[in-house]
Amino acid sequence: MVDLITPPPAVLDEGHHEHEGHGEHHGPTGILKWMTSTDHKVIGLSYTVTSVVMLVIGGLFAEIIRAQLASPNGTLVSLAQYNELFTMHGSVMIYLFAGPFAFGGLANIIVPIQIGAPDMAFPRLNALSYWLYLMGSITMLMGFFTAGGAANFGWVAYAPLSNSINTPGAGADLWIGGLLLTGFSAIFTGVNLTATIFYLRAPGMTMFRMPIFTWNMLVTAILILLAFPVLTAGLIMLYCDRHFGTHIFSVAGGGVPVLWQHIFWFWGHPEVYILALPFFGMATEIIAVFSKKPVFGYKSMVFATLSIGALSLGVWAHHMFTTGVVLLPFFSFMSLMIAVPTGIKIFNWIGTMWRGDLWLSTAMLMALGFLFTFLIGGLTGIYLASPPLDFFTHDTYFVVAHFHSIVMALVLAGMGGLYYWGPKFTGYLLNEKFGKVQFWFLFIGTQVFTFPQYILGLDGMPRRIAIYPHSPQWKTLNDWSTFGAILVGISMIVFVVNVGYSWKKYPAGDNPWDAQTLEWFTTSPPPHHNFYRLPQIRSERPTWDYNHPEHRSLAHGTGGTGSHHEPPLANAVVGVLEHDQDHDA
Amino acid sequence: MRRFVALPIAALALSGCTIPAFGAHKGVTTESSSVFHLWQWFSIGAVVIGGFTTVLFVYAIIRFRSKEHGNIPRQAQYHLPAEVMYTVMPILVVLGLFAATLVVENKEVANPTTNVTVDVNAFQWGWKFTYPGTETVVIGQTTQDPTMVIPVDTNVHINLTSTDVIHGFYVKAFNFSRYALPGVLNQFTLEAVKTGNFYGQCTQLCGLYHSLMFFNVRVVSHAKYEAWLASTANPAAFAAAQKTTGQQTATIVPTKPASSHGDN
Repeated sequence: MVDLITPPPAVLDEGHHEHEGHGEHHGPTGILKWMTSTDHKVIGLSYTVTSVVMLVIGGLFAEIIRAQLASPNGTLVSLAQYNELFTMHGSVMIYLFAGPFAFGGLANIIVPIQIGAPDMAFPRLNALSYWLYLMGSITMLMGFFTAGGAANFGWVAYAPLSNSINTPGAGADLWIGGLLLTGFSAIFTGVNLTATIFYLRAPGMTMFRMPIFTWNMLVTAILILLAFPVLTAGLIMLYCDRHFGTHIFSVAGGGVPVLWQHIFWFWGHPEVYILALPFFGMATEIIAVFSKKPVFGYKSMVFATLSIGALSLGVWAHHMFTTGVVLLPFFSFMSLMIAVPTGIKIFNWIGTMWRGDLWLSTAMLMALGFLFTFLIGGLTGIYLASPPLDFFTHDTYFVVAHFHSIVMALVLAGMGGLYYWGPKFTGYLLNEKFGKVQFWFLFIGTQVFTFPQYILGLDGMPRRIAIYPHSPQWKTLNDWSTFGAILVGISMIVFVVNVGYSWKKYPAGDNPWDAQTLEWFTTSPPPHHNFYRLPQIRSERPTWDYNHPEHRSLAHGTGGTGSHHEPPLANAVVGVLEHDQDHDA
Repeated sequence: MRRFVALPIAALALSGCTIPAFGAHKGVTTESSSVFHLWQWFSIGAVVIGGFTTVLFVYAIIRFRSKEHGNIPRQAQYHLPAEVMYTVMPILVVLGLFAATLVVENKEVANPTTNVTVDVNAFQWGWKFTYPGTETVVIGQTTQDPTMVIPVDTNVHINLTSTDVIHGFYVKAFNFSRYALPGVLNQFTLEAVKTGNFYGQCTQLCGLYHSLMFFNVRVVSHAKYEAWLASTANPAAFAAAQKTTGQQTATIVPTKPASSHGDN
């Protein structure tokens, strides 16, 4: 029985801190505070800002790439520079933006608050994660300042193109080094999130009362722990091949080049879900809050996430169908099966909106934009799970369009996450008018830049080519794609303008969205150890239960269509809650 | 109810060409047209499922958009029959797609016996086509696109290798690509059913001149193929044949383009 509120030891009034002697609380301010803090909110904000800077850098590379492709014989950059640009565009976006933004940034800030924890389980490790990430990012980008330029073998670094003969430059080594550092940062964050979620939940916060975002972060963290060490090992092998005379990936010394692809994608496919699951979680939370309803099919949502996590470990070779050396039916079947839990998620999102009261705020628009864009990326992904169709489209712009639909969906959800949670950790809302303008630029731009790429891919345009002198007919569609990329670029400018315009302008209050989960119970921004007090946790949305005791989620099996009357069970539930609140007061 | 939906789809399938192409093309080999039909089936699934989902989604946005803030809707969280339905239905769809995939895949990876074999060797940055049992070798790199000549209506066996890094052998008209891997012999068989010139390109990033690694495939009648093979045994006749066909074949390796942009 958890009838009474038992505050966890760290949940203290502010006044207590002085007696407890928490040094950090009275620690340095300003830049020193940012450099020395172990507070998950400070580290998370550093992560968020750094990763958005990476998004801008990666986006600039993308704009240059698109400008180059606007003409069949583009001369904006040389062939060598083009190879560096798309390599670093992919690397920055995947290694330095999407993952760190999700699990280093928003998850770092939100997960402990969502489960009622005072901080991450290992605050110093958390700080180490951030500094490794920052140094890794700088290391990787430093490649541009070396004589040979940055890494230029694509973000997948396929052997033997990535060996010391074909890519002798220091840029490649900096790429490997930077990736090792950020990889360790990801592993440490994975450890931290897993430990935090398993051990630091507030009383009453059982596993099946955790918000979906936290659930998704748990699965993400476990996938990180399973996948990233494989990448780290692979990178060390690659480095040894380059510098210490080993022949792991070289045919000449008896090695196997395809082994790199197996290692890389054994990390790389779980990585796809390491990137995607956090954003699925963000969209889930946003859609529920702005529909004023609980997450529809909460339990099936959790099982869908778990099965996506499990399946993602058995599909890596679908990136290698055209190598001719993998077992096609197995990997095809496993990959197709991922459509099932993903479909469950999509229908659960729609079920959450169904008969809801939709508030189309910027955050909600971003989440809805995510849903549509992700649907397109998901459907085109099903084609690629079929080996004959993959033979047909592999390494063409069809694949480029597919994964850009996916990652742009993630960017939309991530932007939604910033509009939704930003007020919680900054204390101030962003301007909604600018936000909506940003949304339309981002959403329309995304479709305008991906759709022509699908058609180009079917028309045979390979990826990673800087010029297409033999096929000038591709120019029109490429121009459309470039135009879409410009719209996306404008949306980023609108975002930056919005942040400047809204700077400390609109105080958010504790719970501006009438949101449901625990992070909205505390102040904005939360105090040093997150909570002065906690509500009773009786479901996955304690803040909602506290604010709307008469509107608890209906029990399993009572969600049928038709009737708008409260079923008898709800009254009993309300009775229990009122009893709880007597203690709370 | 479902039978009424299934019937027109089946009718469409039987009539074959009435199904839209969904952006793809039939190609010029027996394999490519199987892939094309598989593409159509996947596309029908994608359009039906995607369309249904989009309609639901857009309907929900319009219908349930808040008129006045402050309303609290019914807090329904579960609907077991609906959840079971949208779990079971995708499984059935996936099994169907997988079955169709297997049929086409088995056709594509089959290796029927044939007496026409071409050894294709990819290198940085060009292609070498060798015809085993003959003296014929066609090499071309970067700005000189070599041409692989194959006979029509014949199973052609391709042995694909690479001398340095990984390349991608891709011919759009074949709806097919395969990696050329160093240290691995990749084999496949294709049967062109149309004559003509078709364009191919390396699709797997292979370094600086990846963008310029083109080749052509020329599908000709049996008689012309034999004549072409015979002509290559005689250097003078070969040169003449080259002139008449305008093929840019060369047995001397040309120098790389001076500028990094190439000069085509």
